[in-house]
Amino acid sequence: MNIEGVDKSKRQFLTSALTVVGAVGTGYLAVPFLAQMQPSTKAMAAGAPVTVDISKMEPGQLIRVAWRGKPVWLLNRTQEVLETLRTLDDQLRDPQSSESIQPVYTKNPTRALKQEIFVAVGLCTHLGCSPTFRPEIGPADLGPDWKGGFFCPCHGSWFDLAGRVYRGVPAPTNLEIPPYRYITDTQIIIGEDTVETNV
Amino acid sequence: MKTNRWTDCGNWVLDRFPLTKFWNEHMAHYYAPKNFNFWYFFGSLALLVLVNQFVTGILLTMNYKPDAKLAFDSVEYIMREVNWGWLIRYMHSTGASAFFIVIYLHMFRGLLYGSFKQPRELIWIFGMLLFVALMAEAFMGYLLPWGQMSYWGAQVIISLFSAIPVVGEELSLWIRGDYVVSDATLNRFFAFHVIAVPLVLVLLVLLHIIALHEVGSNNPDGIDIKKNKDANGIPLDGIPFHPYYTVKDLVGFAVFMFFFAVVIFYMPEMGGFFLEHANFIPADPLKTPEHIAPVWYFTPFYAILRAVPDKFAGVIAMGGSIVVLFLLPWLDRSKVRSIRYRGGIYKKALVLFVISFIGLGYLGTQPATPGATAVARVLTAVYFGFFLLMPIYTRWEKTKPVPDRLTEQPSLEDRIPDFIETFNEVTVKTEGKSGFFRRKLNYQGLSAVSIRFLKKIKGSLD
Repeated sequence: MNIEGVDKSKRQFLTSALTVVGAVGTGYLAVPFLAQMQPSTKAMAAGAPVTVDISKMEPGQLIRVAWRGKPVWLLNRTQEVLETLRTLDDQLRDPQSSESIQPVYTKNPTRALKQEIFVAVGLCTHLGCSPTFRPEIGPADLGPDWKGGFFCPCHGSWFDLAGRVYRGVPAPTNLEIPPYRYITDTQIIIGEDTVETNV
Repeated sequence: MKTNRWTDCGNWVLDRFPLTKFWNEHMAHYYAPKNFNFWYFFGSLALLVLVNQFVTGILLTMNYKPDAKLAFDSVEYIMREVNWGWLIRYMHSTGASAFFIVIYLHMFRGLLYGSFKQPRELIWIFGMLLFVALMAEAFMGYLLPWGQMSYWGAQVIISLFSAIPVVGEELSLWIRGDYVVSDATLNRFFAFHVIAVPLVLVLLVLLHIIALHEVGSNNPDGIDIKKNKDANGIPLDGIPFHPYYTVKDLVGFAVFMFFFAVVIFYMPEMGGFFLEHANFIPADPLKTPEHIAPVWYFTPFYAILRAVPDKFAGVIAMGGSIVVLFLLPWLDRSKVRSIRYRGGIYKKALVLFVISFIGLGYLGTQPATPGATAVARVLTAVYFGFFLLMPIYTRWEKTKPVPDRLTEQPSLEDRIPDFIETFNEVTVKTEGKSGFFRRKLNYQGLSAVSIRFLKKIKGSLD
């Protein structure tokens, strides 16, 4: 029989201790529950490199291949296109590609290993739509300022034919360029660097 | 004395379960203001649509396959080969749009009559949480058919999270469960759409109604009916929800179902607004459709996103356009609830808000041309102006005296003589044909009536 009354401080201690233990336990359980929604090992392993044959590409032609489930573009740029690219710097947000994602060996004015062949991930850096390829100059719907490039139909972002973003559009950075290298003059492997740059 | 077995059975349950108490509290002895008008149908209609979505949704899961390889074909299988599958799917897809129509009108009722104001702030908060949960439910459901619009819509919306600094990229990866929208995304969206979010919706509906029945319903006059009670403590201007409003709502159900059936049977795609054309092409991760737009009920918010020429700021503006709705009870400083006794400035602001909301909704369905973007920017400013300037203009406004008791409004029947008079004024009799067709338009009368009508509208805005 308790004659000393209730010791509130002991109850308080037990309540606090139980709360802490319960919170820690819940925290531990939350880790597997939340982590199971991360990409599975299978999804992470699915990034195998893709080899593309470019020997049959016409000048001005764009081909699309899938790499890691994403569209990757290969564009054969003509001399006129390369000349136009040189004149656009003052209309671009990041003409030197200093804030954009690309391998170091493509951080040059044409953003390519060989300046004719442009390789890029075909997803807008704004919200991930795939921009449309609009090589024509000054079409009716885009206006006379359009010098040929990629136009994102979702939110109206403009990129030039080196994937560089124009000023005053929602996309923050230039199109991403995946790691790639030439196996031969007519074969490109996407998703793999040369051994030297990889190390 | 003969004992009735059924009564005994009923009593056995009632002795053990508070069914009577529950029924009385929320139905038979819940006193609602007697002057509910047209705008008060939409709460019960939302409940009807929710039931429709549950029943048809459960039936759809019996044949749908949440697998990137099978999903598109399983929807076509439902449409073509499952008995009545087309009906069940159209009821579900039309129900989604109907849900938003009903909810938007339900929310607009709140703006008209100040239903969000003290003491009903919590009802409004629960309602807004319901709205957000409903948007999540609709968005995840839209991925399931795995068409082009499903795919790229999900890609864009999930990418919104990547705009958040520092954790954004990781967060959007965690939501997708893959580096692109893929089978993993589809499968988890199915789980959320079918189990998780519906449970949240049901819970929030209960909270919304419990909070409502605690403080009592608002009404078109915005008056507290609990201030005037009779000797038994029953509000003088209140009537029991059952049978009065249960029966009235049944009429609303019938009218709603008429329109619902017309859409299901004659225009289930609603010209591309309810089911977008691009969604009849299977998802292609390599190619975005030429013109992508969300379903109509997201377009106002989507237009706000597009109006801002910066990724992070755009996402903030879009999120802000929803968050600002939550704050409404504290932004409005007016002393009166109902628009009937508000000053002209709120009425004009509300008109501008409705124009901006509908305008943004339209622009969200259109391609982002420079002209359209400029208009969207103005309308975005109006949208936010309505809310953010509200603490200022509602404090200034000159309100009208609020009556003590609910007011009588002329019923439809009372207005019939007026209608006949107006009809006579705008038409003149001609000889020859008989009855209705003997009349033709009287342009003088028509212009007089229009001028009077416009003057009346102008007057009602003061």
